[in-house]
Amino acid sequence: MIGGIDIIVLIATLMAASTPVLLAATGELVAEKSGVLNLGVEGMMIMGAVGGFAVATATGSPVLGFLAGAVAGALLATLFAILTQIFLSNQVATGLALTLFGLGLSALIGKGYEGVRPPQTTKLDFGPLGDIPVLGPVLFGHDWVVYASLVLVGATWAVLKFTRAGLILRAVGENHDAAHALGYRVVAVRFAALAYGGALAGLGGAYLSLVRVPQWTEGMTAGAGWIALAIVVFASWKPERVLIGAYMFSGITALQLQLQAAGYAIPVHLLSMAPYLITIIVLVVLSALHRHGVAAAPAALGRSFHASN
Amino acid sequence: MNRRSFLATTAIAALATAAGLPALAADPLKVGFIYVGPVGDMGWSYQHDQGRRAIEAEYGDKVVTTFMESVPEGPDAERALTQLALEGNTLIFATSFGYMDAVMNVAAKFPNVKFEHATGYKSAENVATYDAKFFQGRAIQGTIGGRMTKSNKIGYIGSFPIPEVVQGINAAYIHAKKVNPDVEMKVVWAYTWFDPAKEADAAAALIAEGVDVIMQHTDSTAPQAKAQEAGNVITFGQASDMSAFAPMPRVSSTIDNWAPYYVKRVGAMLDGSWKSEATWGGIDTGMVEIGEISSAVPEEVKAEALALKDKIASGEYHPFTGPLHKQDGSAWLADGVQAEDGELAGMNFFVEGITSELPK
Repeated sequence: MIGGIDIIVLIATLMAASTPVLLAATGELVAEKSGVLNLGVEGMMIMGAVGGFAVATATGSPVLGFLAGAVAGALLATLFAILTQIFLSNQVATGLALTLFGLGLSALIGKGYEGVRPPQTTKLDFGPLGDIPVLGPVLFGHDWVVYASLVLVGATWAVLKFTRAGLILRAVGENHDAAHALGYRVVAVRFAALAYGGALAGLGGAYLSLVRVPQWTEGMTAGAGWIALAIVVFASWKPERVLIGAYMFSGITALQLQLQAAGYAIPVHLLSMAPYLITIIVLVVLSALHRHGVAAAPAALGRSFHASN
Repeated sequence: MNRRSFLATTAIAALATAAGLPALAADPLKVGFIYVGPVGDMGWSYQHDQGRRAIEAEYGDKVVTTFMESVPEGPDAERALTQLALEGNTLIFATSFGYMDAVMNVAAKFPNVKFEHATGYKSAENVATYDAKFFQGRAIQGTIGGRMTKSNKIGYIGSFPIPEVVQGINAAYIHAKKVNPDVEMKVVWAYTWFDPAKEADAAAALIAEGVDVIMQHTDSTAPQAKAQEAGNVITFGQASDMSAFAPMPRVSSTIDNWAPYYVKRVGAMLDGSWKSEATWGGIDTGMVEIGEISSAVPEEVKAEALALKDKIASGEYHPFTGPLHKQDGSAWLADGVQAEDGELAGMNFFVEGITSELPK
């Protein structure tokens, strides 16, 4: 306890609260690393939220629900991939359309699920480990999705950094013409990266509707997808920094609510503003470090590729 | 779809016009609505939409209604209102406090369009205001909460520190304190009307602080779901009955019933008698309804709450009756004096005993 705030509860809450944006941001990072800017994260998240909720309540299995959420997100991302990679539509406009489409379609599918209670996602039981003071509740008191999300971040980092597949993905994102000349299938790589991004966004959405809230409400992502996009920029396209960014963005929200509940009069607006301010500062510092502009962004980000070019 | 839903009826009407079909009767009255959240929030915006449906049911093809949902408070509201006015709506309901300045600006540009603004305090020749005395419902919730709390801690999820919300917190606290002198009120401001994840987090933070009664002045049912998960926490339906969560955690509710008011105002438009006025309805006029008190509430507490409701409805009792002091200890209402409506409409202070500070 520090000043009436239970730090242990705060950290445990923060880990659970940041899971949706952590997943969505990690997925978006992979998509952007392959050179595609998908602004439809919000739409994919909410489709994951409604898809996951529908399947979980129908089957009574949260695991199937999460799978369905991932599939729903990936399907929407595939639609985006078809439009932007095959029909070469503008990525920004298509991404925005995807968000609006996802919000509308999810509201339609979600009719009838309002007020329904989803099956409970149980917390993992680590036996005596959960009783360790401090570390117990922080590290061993969560449901499996929290751990899965951390494993996914680690795996994404490792694959991007150490494997041939990661190298190809990054090559496609940096210079798709060169990658194409080397014989890599740029469009196929981007399809896969987008689908992965969509699946993670859908998983994040399903976590929102199945664990964090837990219920289905129209428009329930309420901007989480946009925060995920901000986190990718904040993280300067590095998976390990996505983790820091997600914990910071969600942590500040959790912290300010707990401070209020503990009776502190705090300037909420200043705290809410802080992550965005820090994002701007990070961008300024990055571009100051790299004299020739922000080198952190994949060079081909947002550019359409066609083999004829 | 979500942000700009238009009813199929609007589309059909537009088609009919485009096809050059002569209007058989007089042109229908076009009525527009903007909502701050989605229609499916099952709370505030849902209730307003029930009112809109009541208009359609009452007047049939004499009216055409249109709505826009999830319109953010701020500049975008002005755009949405302008769009509705340009589309030929002659009566427009703006259903959130934060639309106030947007309504005033747009109303000045369209003197022939009538506007109705919910919960605000600015009016004009063509801008009427309407509000419900939610604090009457809060007094009943405070009584039930004060009786039922075991930890003596009541949590309150506020949206924005505006008079409408402050009245509710004060009324709930005064009446909880009346039946349980040890009661303590913890207030968390979410600074949003609708964000299920944040509302759930706010509820979780309050529960972590030992609260076992949660009242909300935000629009989604997320705090109800969070309380249900906790098991031993009671809540109250907000704006809508939220009966999906009865009997536990939702033990009662305050229901905003806008339908009679909307039907009356549209009727006034149709017969030409509409004029700008300020309406503030309560339990007596049916604008505020108290949802069924569930079986989780002991019989004697239920009887006490219902007795209070009857006294408020008959006008025998006013939830803000002196002696009452402000939070800083200064006198507010002398013994037996009732607060006046105008004073309540601008309420910007907590009453004595609430320890949280009211953000400025």
